Amino acid sequence: MTETTQNPVTAPANILHPSGYLRRNPSVLWFLLGLAVLTLAVTLLSPAYGGGGISTSFVKTLGKTLCLCLAALAMDIVWGYTGILSLGHMAFFALGGYMIGQWLMYARTQEIVLQSLVAGPLPPTAEEIAQGVGSQIFGVVGGSDIPLIWGFAHSLPLQLALVVLVPGLLALIFGWLAFRSRVTGVYLSILTQAMTLALSLYLFQNDSGLRGNNGLSGLQNLPGLADVSQDFLSVWFFWASALMLALAYLLLSAVVSGKMGSVLRAIRDDEARVRFLGYPVEGYKLFVFVVTAILCGIAGALYYPQAGIINPAELAPIASIYLAVWVAIGGRGRLYGAVIGAAFVSLLSSWFTGGRAPSIPLGVYTIDWVDWWQVLLGLSFVAVTLWAPKGIGGVFDRFQGLHSPDRKGQPLGPDAGSLQESEAVE
Amino acid sequence: MRAFLLGLAMAFLGLTAHVGPVLAETVAKIVATHARDIEKPSRQTIGPVIADLAGSGDPMAARLLEAWGGKLLGKRKSDGAIFLLAPDAAGYALTDLQGASAGIAANAEITVLKPNAGVRGLIAAALVQFTLSDPDPAKRAEALNSIAKDPNVEALAALRGATANETDPALLARKLRLERLLTLRFDPDPKARVAAIEGFGADAGLDLRAALTPLLATTRIAAVTRPEGANIARSLTVGTDLSAADAYALLVTSGAAPARITREDQKQALAAHIAAGQVAGVPLSELGDQATRDRAYTALEAAGQVPSAATDDEVAKAIAAHGFYDVYTEADATVTAAARSALDRIALKVAAMQAADLSLDGLSLAAIYFLAAIGLAITFGVMGVINMAHGEFITMGAYTGYVVQQIVPGYTASLLVAFPLAFAVTFAAGVGMERLVIRHLYKRPLETLLATFGISIALQQIFKNIFGTQARPLTAPDWLGGALTLNDVISISYIRLAIIVLALLFLGFFLYLMKRTRLGLEVRAVTQNPAMAASMGINPDRINMLTFGLGSGIAGIAGVSIGLYAKVTSELGSDYIVQSFMTVVVGGVGNIWGALAGAGMIGGLQKAIEWLNPSNTLAAQTYMIIFIILFIQFRPRGIIALRGRAAGD
Repeated sequence: MTETTQNPVTAPANILHPSGYLRRNPSVLWFLLGLAVLTLAVTLLSPAYGGGGISTSFVKTLGKTLCLCLAALAMDIVWGYTGILSLGHMAFFALGGYMIGQWLMYARTQEIVLQSLVAGPLPPTAEEIAQGVGSQIFGVVGGSDIPLIWGFAHSLPLQLALVVLVPGLLALIFGWLAFRSRVTGVYLSILTQAMTLALSLYLFQNDSGLRGNNGLSGLQNLPGLADVSQDFLSVWFFWASALMLALAYLLLSAVVSGKMGSVLRAIRDDEARVRFLGYPVEGYKLFVFVVTAILCGIAGALYYPQAGIINPAELAPIASIYLAVWVAIGGRGRLYGAVIGAAFVSLLSSWFTGGRAPSIPLGVYTIDWVDWWQVLLGLSFVAVTLWAPKGIGGVFDRFQGLHSPDRKGQPLGPDAGSLQESEAVE
Repeated sequence: MRAFLLGLAMAFLGLTAHVGPVLAETVAKIVATHARDIEKPSRQTIGPVIADLAGSGDPMAARLLEAWGGKLLGKRKSDGAIFLLAPDAAGYALTDLQGASAGIAANAEITVLKPNAGVRGLIAAALVQFTLSDPDPAKRAEALNSIAKDPNVEALAALRGATANETDPALLARKLRLERLLTLRFDPDPKARVAAIEGFGADAGLDLRAALTPLLATTRIAAVTRPEGANIARSLTVGTDLSAADAYALLVTSGAAPARITREDQKQALAAHIAAGQVAGVPLSELGDQATRDRAYTALEAAGQVPSAATDDEVAKAIAAHGFYDVYTEADATVTAAARSALDRIALKVAAMQAADLSLDGLSLAAIYFLAAIGLAITFGVMGVINMAHGEFITMGAYTGYVVQQIVPGYTASLLVAFPLAFAVTFAAGVGMERLVIRHLYKRPLETLLATFGISIALQQIFKNIFGTQARPLTAPDWLGGALTLNDVISISYIRLAIIVLALLFLGFFLYLMKRTRLGLEVRAVTQNPAMAASMGINPDRINMLTFGLGSGIAGIAGVSIGLYAKVTSELGSDYIVQSFMTVVVGGVGNIWGALAGAGMIGGLQKAIEWLNPSNTLAAQTYMIIFIILFIQFRPRGIIALRGRAAGD
């Protein structure tokens, strides 16, 4: 906290001084504290462990919001720190959801099928079980054979591995191809968007093996825990999401405040110069791209069991754009900015679109927020881009009396390695 | 039966052609001779009578047959005389067999002759010959149509009789063609059929294909020895040509082997024989395995408790003992061979035409992408500004067209108003957006992308609020309806043709604007070096504003033309935005020819992939995007890359 009160011009000396990780990154402590308080409050207010001051569905909404915050953190690293505006990270998020969804759906259906078969006179054969599961899951797309990509769906550890491997490998292949041929800037954005669109169109097909536009459903029911009520499950998932978010925040803030973070920021600010200095820029970018994709996959794997359903519309290109919108509104280039943006905008969004926001009568026309929220969001996004590139995070600077630094290369905000002047005020 | 009918038909053909005029009997006389048969006709006996009537040469014959078939022939009860009837208020107006009117009779005085369906069929067949020679060409053409729709043996004979006296050359050609088509299917002489098939030469008409295909129909049979005398299309190898399961199913349906027991039946049979937790000595708990179940069933079989079912061994033996053949239903091998080679020849020709049709489809799709992308080629390609709201400008143009059609009557007039108005509206929107937002972000391309996304989201929702979520029609005028059809395979709708023309017009306009006008010169100057252009007295702000407005305006016009064939919804534009960017990026940024090449490649490619996998346009788009991502690897700057100073970075 000492550093935040100091004049930013003298800050570099303190950053270089080995005065402890938390001292250099005061936001980490505040963030963890806030998250712990939130978790405690939600637990105590939840119907499962406390007074029931909030409903189960609200616990789920909060849990999902934490997962979105995790995805936003990843997006902040890849965009705010490294300068790669990826419009494909929600695709990785959804892929993670699909991978865990496969196991949830398969194992749960198998349970149900087994129950119904056990009632028969003979014990069921493996073939009968597979056929029962197949027709239960794929009857809706007119099939009963279990496609090859469900080959690991019977095993939780394997599908958990796939949660990491599938988004990771896709990001690796795509990133390797893109970075290798020096696709940068807006071209890369468009290319990632095309990748997302291709993936979503592919999953929309019925013969993609993932139930076409029906998607995977019933994910809120955990196999083997049929008699545990959703009240408890929602809190458990909230804990898991909070834990994951905290771990990711710690990991990422360690990464960006170290040497690696300096290289990443250098790549963002002047890629060519970093390359001339001898750094393997493509390697760094690929690493960041893959790690953030994996993080998004994990976030998705935590999100969709709370949402209960996943379908290809979830990875439409617009979803990834919203992710960028959250990060931008929260304030990119600082980790807490991404978290605040994702939480603020997504909660506000569900408040507005849920029909709970009061309509504004204008005499001749009544502004119904269900219809006009997107307009407001779109326009406020334009406004933030134009006039407040620091986003909500900029408010913290204002509180602490920090000003935009007057020399290129100075950090913004209290943490080492936050957004820099060249990005923020150009 | 067919041979008999054919003989019959030939017989009365002969009568018509040669005997008829000589033995010119009157209808009245024939009716008098065969009165009994006519009153109580049966399919077996009436043939010669109808043939006599048809061959009589009496003009009354056709009227009589028509009346008879239409249940309008009657016998007067008082004297047994036969009359043609016409319904009348008082009963029936009578016409005698010489064609003279014979007054009116009450319903009660007349017995109406009602031939059964079989006889009516024969009458109708005989009548075809009359209609084919009817003095009215329209009736003759209609008769030909009905024969073409339902070809049969009788029609062949009638057709052959009706070609000699045909005067209309077009109808004669149709008659001759139809005659040959019927010959190749129904003529009793294989040589005549082969000759008819070969006579068509390189013809690839739909009717010829329809006539040839049934000749090659096959049935699948199983036989212990190779069937003698059958016209075998091919013999099948179990495993490659048909699966063992299908082969055995064929044996079962032909009665040559007992059916296999299904898994479900086996399970029920086993369940029915559970005794003390065991089935035939196998404990219940072990029956969760197919091999064990088979073993238990075999044990039950041996004990005679269940009907025996074919085991895998028996199935294999039965399959090995039989040969499986596809046999032509057409018995004559020369005919099938001729039909096969003719169809192969046709298939080649049809494939070539399909390729041509496909290229036309690809071309029209390319034109659409080009139209959608050309505005983007200006804003992104020339100015380097990413406008993600470009798709919404396209939608805006389409909605402008819709609104104009609500106000201006007449589709042609409204289109003429809509095009310039759409340009004006989107030009204004583009200029407004440039002034308010993009101007401030010229040095921050990533943020331009985001800000225009914000505008895109807002605009899309505003469209939804104003026009609702349902599709709004933008109707094309009648002269754009229909399609230009070159033959049965190659055709293209006029709307698509118009879009291709429009795309070419825009290409010309753009080239003229950029290379031949002052504005184009200034745009190019500002693009290359704004500071230098400014020092030469060009106002870069104004040029940027105009260029952006122009790009947006063209998007509006593209919107009207796309709206003419696609449904206008608030998501119309966003369906095209990614493809449009792909078009520009693949083609090469900053070059109109690049956009053209990109559109051509993407349009052609998408159609080609759709052709390979026609059921699935989603997959086609997926593969196309993957292809583009890979393509960018090899030509990161697009098909037509700018070189030197113009390339910038």
